[in-house]
Amino acid sequence: MAAAAALNAPSRILDEPDVEAPIRAFAIATMFWGIVGFLMGVLIASELAFPLLNLDLEWTTFGRLRPVHTSAVIFAFGGNALIGTSLYVVQRTCRARLFGGEEMGWFLFWGYQFFIVTAALGYVLGVTQGKEYAEPEWYSDLWLTVVWVTYLIGYGGTILKRREPHIYVANWFYLAFIITIAMLHIVNNLALPVGDGIGKSYGVASGVQDAMIQWWYGHNAVGFFLTAGFLGMMYYFIPKQADRPVYSYRLSIVHFWSLIFLYIWAGPHHLHYTALPDWAQTLGMVFSIMLWMPSWGGMINGLMTLSGAWDKLRTDPGLRFSVTAVGFYGMSTFEGPVMSIRAVNSLSHYTDWTIGHVHSGAMGWVGFITFGALYYLFPVLWKKQRLYSDRLASWHFWVATLGIVLYITAMWVSGIMQGLMWRAYDELGFLQYAFVETVAAMHPYYVIRMLGGMLYLSGALMMAYNLYMTVTAVEDLPTAQPVPAGALPVPAE
Amino acid sequence: MADKRETDAISGVSTTGHEWDGIKELDNPMPSWWLYTFYACIAFAALWVVLYPSLPFVRGVLGYTTRNDFTGVMREQQARAEPMLARLRAATPAEIAADPELRGYALAGGRIAFATNCAGCHGSGGQGATGGFPSLADDDWLYGGTFDAIHTTISVGARNGENPEARGVQMPAFAAAGLSMAQVDDVAEYVLSLSGTGGDATAAARGAPLYVENCVACHGETGEGNRDLGAPRLNDRIWLYGGDKASVVRTIAYARAGVMPSWSSRLDAATINMLTVYVHALGGGER
Repeated sequence: MAAAAALNAPSRILDEPDVEAPIRAFAIATMFWGIVGFLMGVLIASELAFPLLNLDLEWTTFGRLRPVHTSAVIFAFGGNALIGTSLYVVQRTCRARLFGGEEMGWFLFWGYQFFIVTAALGYVLGVTQGKEYAEPEWYSDLWLTVVWVTYLIGYGGTILKRREPHIYVANWFYLAFIITIAMLHIVNNLALPVGDGIGKSYGVASGVQDAMIQWWYGHNAVGFFLTAGFLGMMYYFIPKQADRPVYSYRLSIVHFWSLIFLYIWAGPHHLHYTALPDWAQTLGMVFSIMLWMPSWGGMINGLMTLSGAWDKLRTDPGLRFSVTAVGFYGMSTFEGPVMSIRAVNSLSHYTDWTIGHVHSGAMGWVGFITFGALYYLFPVLWKKQRLYSDRLASWHFWVATLGIVLYITAMWVSGIMQGLMWRAYDELGFLQYAFVETVAAMHPYYVIRMLGGMLYLSGALMMAYNLYMTVTAVEDLPTAQPVPAGALPVPAE
Repeated sequence: MADKRETDAISGVSTTGHEWDGIKELDNPMPSWWLYTFYACIAFAALWVVLYPSLPFVRGVLGYTTRNDFTGVMREQQARAEPMLARLRAATPAEIAADPELRGYALAGGRIAFATNCAGCHGSGGQGATGGFPSLADDDWLYGGTFDAIHTTISVGARNGENPEARGVQMPAFAAAGLSMAQVDDVAEYVLSLSGTGGDATAAARGAPLYVENCVACHGETGEGNRDLGAPRLNDRIWLYGGDKASVVRTIAYARAGVMPSWSSRLDAATINMLTVYVHALGGGER
């Protein structure tokens, strides 16, 4: 064990090997929940295109499966990816064993899976708070709070006992993610359980205050879970895969602090033209616009880190995923500020454009950066010489990319068309289209979206097979004799 | 700690001297285009905060509010439509239909009002649907197809519990009102025979006296229906709930009753007039 670890990390302290077994479990869970989440996505996309597919059963209607899909991809796929990689990265970049050891790792793993399962069971049975991305009822929320605070302790404890003078930038982002999600989760889920059973509660805020808290939460779930957390992932895996130094330390400092300071204010742009006071709406909009460059700072640092190593894109499919992810990140973090402008929002709000925007971020950025990390991590965590098949990973890349392109272009067309149809008046001043006519017009795009999702899912299945074969069929790394730290060259990974 | 800064061979840029798990950092400056675009966004935000309401209790210099924005558009639209709406309110649906200008306007307005409010039950072309949603495109009317009858039905609705003048009489559930299931079956055969779709003449003969006893009062001797009560015609092949034997048995045994909202409390007088003209023109309008 120690010797193999040394091969992977020449500067490790050998008397204290990293906690790795729970991280392997997180990696497998990421793959597993990813497929569940993508499958749910394909299913509900199919239900939107062909409503009969909801089987006329209450448990399989769109309303109940939609949170299963969103929670599975965000919290189960994304969450396992974030927790797993953060525990891996923090130990490596701090040269310190996980605070709390194996037990900490296993508690986080099983505790988090338990949260996912109780939440998903609730959705299917109709138990929900009715708050987007915060659907789990109070009992799941309380349990997640316990797990999350433990995560903060384990992660923060590891940073505190680090043997490096400085804290690496990836850890700033991971830590911002962990702390802010704790705050968001607790405040947005303050609720009083009511009734005989456990399945109902009322939030302590009501009306527009509730809406504001919900979208402060919802927007920063995007900002700190799906952006900051995955930027942490990017800051470790892209330099590793490219084997190049991070482009600019100064840029990473400025974009980190500006990103986390500005993001937290942008939530009200989800509530344009609502009962929320105008001043709060405008404030949300201007903070979103200021957020554009801080978001792009991460993209620049990610892409420019490749200077001098662009040729690796030809040979390393994992790196290709990571870099394409950064491209999608740049695109959706530009689209977001544009959509937050009140005049643009009056067209885009409540349409499929929003769904397309979210998915270019979720499939392109979150999905691809995670795939890149998994292709890197599996051979390393299982001490394998290489990935089972680079060719299959290449297929995964192109099939998934085509899927995303189909998905987001269909939603752009559908969303903009929907918005224009809703506001179209004829020359006599009557609405030109009834709502049902806009629904009928969207049908072809819903079918295209469904096909895009199927491609994305097929890619993930190729990946699962590839990773399974990597673990079971690829030769182990040769076991070397224990050597002093720093004596071995960095292996090409 | 010793200074570990070194020069990167590829870019020629110095590193910061930090290293974590083999990862180093270059000491590149922030790209100037990035920095200036960031400043420009901040300047834009500052300008917007001055122009538009962005702080509690402070109005923007432009005096903009979303409420004014909305009411302005609505007022402009209403002012444009008002002359025509006033004429539509003042006229009866029959008068509207007789005036080509008003009729064209009412058909355009009626179309979208129908698609928005009525098509959910009656279908986008008024074709209706099995399950108690009558077709409005044929001449088989429950309460009549004249302008006045259509206008009244739209205004008051049916069995909605909100408008005391709503249309509709409740049909009894005969399984609970004295008929055995065998008798219900016989009546069903008789009812089907009225439109020539029955199969069992003997059962129909047994059902005939039961029909006279229980059904004639509303549905008429020959099954011609009764528009005052909204009792559907039974001697044609148009069925609200299906004309197969099982559906008819179910209707007689457990009764059926459609519900329609009272639109006079939801739509303005001009819109109801336009809807009346539109529905009348769907195909079954009577004079």
